[in-house]
Amino acid sequence: MQAVNYARATDVDDAIRLLSEGGENARVLAGGTDLIVQARERKRKVDLLVDVKHVEEFMVLEFDSSTGLKVGAATPLYQVYGDNNVKINYPALVDASTVIGGKAIQGRASLGGNLGNSSPAGDSLAAMIVLGGVATIAGPNGRREVPVGEFCTGPGQNVLESGELIVYISFPPVGDGEGAAWERFIPRNEMDIAVASAGAWVKIEDGSVTDARIALGAVAATPLVASDAAEALIGRPLTDETISSAGDAASAIARPITDMRGSIKQRKHLAKILTERTIRTAVERIR
Amino acid sequence: MVATGKPQYKIIGTRPRRPDGVDKVTGRAQYGADIKLEGLLYGAVLRSPHAHALIKSIDTSKAEALDGVHAVITNADLVGSGQTVQPATAEALEPGKASPRWAAESILAGPKVLYHGHAVAAVAADDVHIAQDALELIDVEYEILPHVVDVQDAMLDGAPILHPQLRTGVRAAGVDTRSDIETNLASHMRLESGDIEKGFAAADLTIEREFTSSQFHQGYIEPQNATAFWSHDGRINIWTSTQGSFMARDATADVLGVPVAQVKVIPMEIGGGFGGKIPIYLEPMAAVLSKKSSRPVKMWMDREAVFQATGPTASSYSKVKIGVTNDGTITAAECLFAMGAGGYPGSPVGAGVMCALAPYKIDNQVIDGLDVVLNTPKTSAYRAPGAPATEYAVESVMDEIAEQLDMDPIDLRLVNVAEEGVKNSSGTPWPKIGAKDVLEAMKSHPHYLSEIQGEDVGRGIAIGFWFNGGMESSSSARVNKDGSIALILGSVDIGGSRASISMQLAETLGVTYEQIAPQVTDTDSVGYTAVTGGSRTTFAGGWVVYELGQMIKAEMISRASKIWDISGDEITYSDEGTVVGPDDAEGNKRAFSFNELASKLQATGGLIAVSASSSHTTQGAAYGGHIVDLKVDRDTGKTEILRYTAIQDVGTAIHPDYVEGQIQGGIAQGVGMALNEEYYYDSDGHLMNGSFLDYRVPVANDLPMLDVEMVEVPNPGHPFGVRGVGEVPIVPPQPTIRNAIYDAIGVRFYHTPMSPRRVLDELL
Ligand SMILES: Cc1cc2nc3c(=O)[nH]c(=O)nc-3n(C[C@H](O)[C@H](O)[C@H](O)COP(=O)(O)OP(=O)(O)OC[C@H]3O[C@@H](n4cnc5c(N)ncnc54)[C@H](O)[C@@H]3O)c2cc1C
Repeated sequence: MQAVNYARATDVDDAIRLLSEGGENARVLAGGTDLIVQARERKRKVDLLVDVKHVEEFMVLEFDSSTGLKVGAATPLYQVYGDNNVKINYPALVDASTVIGGKAIQGRASLGGNLGNSSPAGDSLAAMIVLGGVATIAGPNGRREVPVGEFCTGPGQNVLESGELIVYISFPPVGDGEGAAWERFIPRNEMDIAVASAGAWVKIEDGSVTDARIALGAVAATPLVASDAAEALIGRPLTDETISSAGDAASAIARPITDMRGSIKQRKHLAKILTERTIRTAVERIR
Repeated sequence: MVATGKPQYKIIGTRPRRPDGVDKVTGRAQYGADIKLEGLLYGAVLRSPHAHALIKSIDTSKAEALDGVHAVITNADLVGSGQTVQPATAEALEPGKASPRWAAESILAGPKVLYHGHAVAAVAADDVHIAQDALELIDVEYEILPHVVDVQDAMLDGAPILHPQLRTGVRAAGVDTRSDIETNLASHMRLESGDIEKGFAAADLTIEREFTSSQFHQGYIEPQNATAFWSHDGRINIWTSTQGSFMARDATADVLGVPVAQVKVIPMEIGGGFGGKIPIYLEPMAAVLSKKSSRPVKMWMDREAVFQATGPTASSYSKVKIGVTNDGTITAAECLFAMGAGGYPGSPVGAGVMCALAPYKIDNQVIDGLDVVLNTPKTSAYRAPGAPATEYAVESVMDEIAEQLDMDPIDLRLVNVAEEGVKNSSGTPWPKIGAKDVLEAMKSHPHYLSEIQGEDVGRGIAIGFWFNGGMESSSSARVNKDGSIALILGSVDIGGSRASISMQLAETLGVTYEQIAPQVTDTDSVGYTAVTGGSRTTFAGGWVVYELGQMIKAEMISRASKIWDISGDEITYSDEGTVVGPDDAEGNKRAFSFNELASKLQATGGLIAVSASSSHTTQGAAYGGHIVDLKVDRDTGKTEILRYTAIQDVGTAIHPDYVEGQIQGGIAQGVGMALNEEYYYDSDGHLMNGSFLDYRVPVANDLPMLDVEMVEVPNPGHPFGVRGVGEVPIVPPQPTIRNAIYDAIGVRFYHTPMSPRRVLDELL
């Protein structure tokens, strides 16, 4: 790590200005659990840290049963999973945010940082996708909304333009017959990085699946929206067979690599297994 | 006194607080990272991006010109490398006896880099950031060479050759005697007894299997570090984290080409070593940077450097063939073990060979061991070096034999178990050993007797052996006027040896543990002491303080004899630490407590100060047996340990908490080897997982409570019956778990780790 400038943004516009002026080596600082580590190991060059934690809009956690959930991009995870409304309505978010790092990391780490880091293995990403998460992005040209499933464009790459940053992520309200879950596979029991992960959201009416979303992590260059897997469920009764065909469909779209964390064969297989497991958990959670 | 059966002890076997405990839990203990000196500079190391390459040129001029940089060094600056060294001969290549030139090149690369992460140059600067910036300004021109990281590949004809001058006259199978041929085989050893042809002919069942294992790192928490100051008068002080301050001193003096007496090593507290902190790495670099800059220089490795450039253990290839009669009696065994030494010769294959068949009585046996150089970091000792790999192969074959004979696996081992008088693989008869006691304790253990239930749940057992070390240790002791005792130790304390050695002195003298103040000191202040390793420290340290205790007792008696004016022959030293003489003329008792007599020392010739050095070869070999229950998730390939029990002959447990801790630690590391740990290289020979994220040691919640049952078969070669305990427990986990996985899912594995990915490969 080298000497780095630090600026505390006073509001959203100030953050945009600091980022625009700072150029490509100005980075948003949320919890810093990715950024500081990368800078210290000289894996990312950083000249300016723009700390957004002192601006309220980045730190919100609001729930309203009719409008849904709004999580500030820098709101620490322990607040997210510690919140009763989140626990009751968005347990898939709890699944993911409770396994990111350990307690110490969760005291700082954020959903905005997990998304901003744009690793295909970022654990909250598939969970946010299946929950219908949408990122509100602010920049020199105003605000825009991007679904989480369309945010990442490659490992460490995303749709953000120069001067842009995520302000918050919002999730639609939860209706009757809906349930969601997220799960990852790691060789150890904690403090590990996903070999593969999957999230599932299902809506069941009269014994049939009327809507579904499936997403995968760590099996391609970006998190994947597994529409085919969701299609395999929609309009069908939830049997072992439909769940298995959804698993196969998820596995079919996985485009993993072989590296020190897993092999292509293992990851494709896990895409199926985790898809099936999360569908079952999602169904169990339906109120 | 030599213990036979376990006597009643007052202090040995209790669990007092460790003397270094408070400082460690309050963060006051001084580790290498805590060193701060006036004018301190900070060092950084440039490491090779290639697995194998010629260094065509190094240009350090831009780095030297950077503001804040005080010195830049390469191999040419290491004084020892200036010495003329004969081309390596077969003798010079014996394990652990690499040539001095190689010792220097392993610190800073010579004409070639031999592995990804090999140190190439080092910088000292005002702060570490400037030093790191300077590294980017060093221009190195490499000519990339073909590389080899797999031990079997390295033995093939046409494999990339690491050291063109290497000649051993040995080819892969140990038969080709052409001595003119380039090779990566640095040495060959063979142990042979009886007649294996006859032995195999007498067998009803013969099983031969091949095994491989990955490279495993010791994974200590504290990275290597060293601070050095080379003063203008030529004296060199080194503060470092090492398992052996004397060894670090001697090795540094050798590399630098300076007299040993010029170097003083001050050992800091050590955050784990497991064998990995026996070699030196940063010490000579820090010293030479200090000489060039006239300032003290501090260096430490980051985690990636620790993985890339400090010794992991060897990867291995094993072939084991065992013949038995229908009643389970082993008639013959034939083994071949090849281990990857890394860039320079010296894998632990020799020790592995000697351990492989140590649990058993086998009249007809041949064991070959091959030391193979390849483009990975130079391996160093790791807890029972060599034994986990070789015994894993043997214990795995034993499990398959038990299955085919339909015998209980413990019974099969009991039929063949080594006992006192049986000759080991080197032809030496065993002294009293506890292998049979361990097997019997396993058989009657509630864990082994319990039922296991559930789908994909299995149980496995295996046993393990390690020699334990003797070697040289030194200490001195001073009795103060109040009877308190300052105990000066040459052994670096890794696993609680300040406590375990103090306890043995207290027991010897009949004083309290609390009145002894132990202290680890530097190389100028105590006699030569070998490394804290080889499970030797409590054994050898105990011997020395036992000897010190005898000297103190004799001196106490002589003082009492002066005071009472009677002959020393009439005075005894009681087990309670009381000096007792015959009643005086009036019939009054003559006795001094230890502390009372201590208060009279100054008036009778001065306080007592004694020193001793000794080297005993009566260390006690030890055995352990492990039992595991586990469950395999067929969907993910992940193995969950449900229950784990280790039974071990510990000789005498001096401090049972530390003994249990050693055994649990060994198991945890062994489970890591069995299930997840491994070096992962890409096709260019780059180490891809040099971090604790991707090199997966087990975390606390990966393991259940690890149950330990201590069997005490005192070592007759030690005053308190001590055998070593720290290394045996890392040996059985790999085969124990491998045998249990077979029981669970019916798949035999021939490679460790049996990671989820490899389990899935078998199941899908
Ligand atoms: C020990 C350890 C364990 C970990 N374990 C896990 C794990 O299990 N699973 C997992 O997914 N991750 C893990 N991580 C990574 C990290 O903790 C997570 O990715 C975390 O969510 C990052 O959040 P943060 O607030 O710390 O982000 P930061 O480090 O502050 O930022 C991360 C990146 O996002 C950018 N960024 C931050 N906020 C914004 C914003 N508002 N708009 C645009 N860009 C932004 C930053 O500039 C930076 O590039 C671990 C990290 C550590 C150190």
